[in-house]
Amino acid sequence: MEVIYRYDGSFEGFLCCVFDSYVNKEYPAAFQDEAHLENSFFPARWIGTDLRHARRVLVSLGKIDPYAKELVVKGFLTCAPEREKIIYQFIHTLYIVGKPLLRRLSDEAVWPLLKAVRHLDGEVHLLKGFTRFSEFEGMLAGEVRPRNRVLPLLRPHFCDRMYNEVFLLYDRNHHEALVHRPGQWAILPLEEFRMAAPSAQEAQYRRLWKQFYDTVEIKERHNPRKRMSSMPKRYWETMTEFQDEAYFLAGTEGLPEGGTPG
Amino acid sequence: MDMMDKLTILTDAAKYDAACTSSGARRGHRAGRIGNTSSSIAGCCHTFSGDGRCVTLLKVLMTNCCVYDCKYCVNRCSNDTRRAVFTPEELAELTIQFYRRNYIEGLFLSSGVLVSPDYTTERMIRCLDLLRNHYRFNGYIHAKAIPGTSQELVTQLGMLADRLSVNIELPSEQGLTALAPNKTRRAIFRPMGLITNTLRENREELVKYRHAPRFAPAGQSTQMIIGATPDSDRHILSLTQALYGKYGLKRVFYSAYVPVVENTLLPALDSKPPLLREHRLYQADWLLRFYGFRAEELLDKDEPNFNPLVDPKCSWALKHLELFPVEVNTASREELLRVPGMGTVSVKRILYARRARKLEHEDLKKLGIVMKRAQYFITCKGKMLDGLKLQPDSILRSLIAAERAALPGAELEQLSLFENAG
Repeated sequence: MEVIYRYDGSFEGFLCCVFDSYVNKEYPAAFQDEAHLENSFFPARWIGTDLRHARRVLVSLGKIDPYAKELVVKGFLTCAPEREKIIYQFIHTLYIVGKPLLRRLSDEAVWPLLKAVRHLDGEVHLLKGFTRFSEFEGMLAGEVRPRNRVLPLLRPHFCDRMYNEVFLLYDRNHHEALVHRPGQWAILPLEEFRMAAPSAQEAQYRRLWKQFYDTVEIKERHNPRKRMSSMPKRYWETMTEFQDEAYFLAGTEGLPEGGTPG
Repeated sequence: MDMMDKLTILTDAAKYDAACTSSGARRGHRAGRIGNTSSSIAGCCHTFSGDGRCVTLLKVLMTNCCVYDCKYCVNRCSNDTRRAVFTPEELAELTIQFYRRNYIEGLFLSSGVLVSPDYTTERMIRCLDLLRNHYRFNGYIHAKAIPGTSQELVTQLGMLADRLSVNIELPSEQGLTALAPNKTRRAIFRPMGLITNTLRENREELVKYRHAPRFAPAGQSTQMIIGATPDSDRHILSLTQALYGKYGLKRVFYSAYVPVVENTLLPALDSKPPLLREHRLYQADWLLRFYGFRAEELLDKDEPNFNPLVDPKCSWALKHLELFPVEVNTASREELLRVPGMGTVSVKRILYARRARKLEHEDLKKLGIVMKRAQYFITCKGKMLDGLKLQPDSILRSLIAAERAALPGAELEQLSLFENAG
């Protein structure tokens, strides 16, 4: 019988769905998280989160192969539509086939997950460079608007690079923030965050950077298409060099709310 | 003069340098220091300028004052342009502030020759010393070694920087004599050889003493100007190969000549930079470094220049159709790397996946391999893709079409492409 699994939307919750599906001996037709419930023809089953069960599933994956575990953890951070279904299919087949499944890159149970994770990894790589911080009284703050949940993967990079800094990096699309002070970090849900107006000094560095950016282009080689393919426009929203004039004046508000800046 | 003016003048004067990578040095954070260097092989691009080039380092000159008079250079002393000088303190502070905001991965420091090569290098050393030892900056630094600098100073510079480079400027001695009267081939290759030797000695020291100070851990690179002199692609590529071999260089960069001055010895001011040619040279450079090709295979006496219509690998493959198609399921890594359209990542995935089961054409697509070019040169389980035939003419036409959209300056080239394609 077809059945839908509903859970609390957390990664542990999802792992419990996997656990319970084996207890109940059924293959869930779909997954719904609490926040996005939809009506459906199929009966739904609520799956409670039990951290011990979640742990057992995760450990079992790691035992088959650490890379399999990594794929599942990363898969859950992706923005792939029906990511739970893609991951479930992978885990289900992995339990049958075992480690050799990982070499079957074109298997229906594997390639959709690999594709989603590649998209995630690509976005993380770009954002290591495209993220911008501003300084407020010695603290640094930045904002990104990624498609995938990148903060857990950006975390090691920025905590290493800015080891001595106190900083906050806000993901506006997923409403969470990475906060760091020397030796300590956390990723916390954060509904709203607005950057304060820049000080005179901060505004000056923004202007200097913008000036550097505009000057370093060789005008005879102007090639907007190449720029766009290397740096898609959706990243421009949060990058200093593409902001309106107001952004470069001391005492005015932070990044515009949305849409593409001019 | 305020900071904004200085930055503008000294960026404008430095922008023609092509090198802008932060790869090659892997360094995590160290207690009490600022920053790290990128651990990714691809380096880290922080933005792309309007010309589509990656910007990863703060690329500026220490000063654009110069005692030399190289004809192709914007900073030559006979040019009537605004001059500026950064103090070491100013530049160090600017680098740190840009770095903290994640604008950049580090500093690319070059300079015009102020007073003498030694005097200039001493100034650069003062700035890098401030960065490393006062600000305790642990990020990436690329410094230019100026031909004519004494050996001790070059060694000092290398102890502070991750990468050193000496620009070859022009690919041939004749070019240098005509256009850069103050530089000789010997003066350029001498510091390059010095750096190579110091790198080797340093590597031996590191074997003996793990904590020996590291000299330019990201190695040495160089760049040459393309299109200012009549040198052939074959000459340039052979030179490149020799530099990778003999001097152990990490990278050779090419810079399409942008006319900045009216001179009877140089291309006219209104001529366009040879971007397509530069692009082909970079493609060939990749083939040398990662695909196991030799310069002699790609170009010879009868054909000393690259075909503008198709990339160097396609061009090679079309001349060696007897080697194709290769069977994806049994070909060696070396054979697969020579298939047009196959990159190192694609080949790695094929080698990994084919151990589990034999691959079909549909499988390759699911592996994320782009088939536009490769499809003409491979078989899966002995079969070509349905409806494809191996005929040089039709392949050539399809290959040209497959690459066209991605070419630099494609607008300019399009007309001629179609005239010659038939």
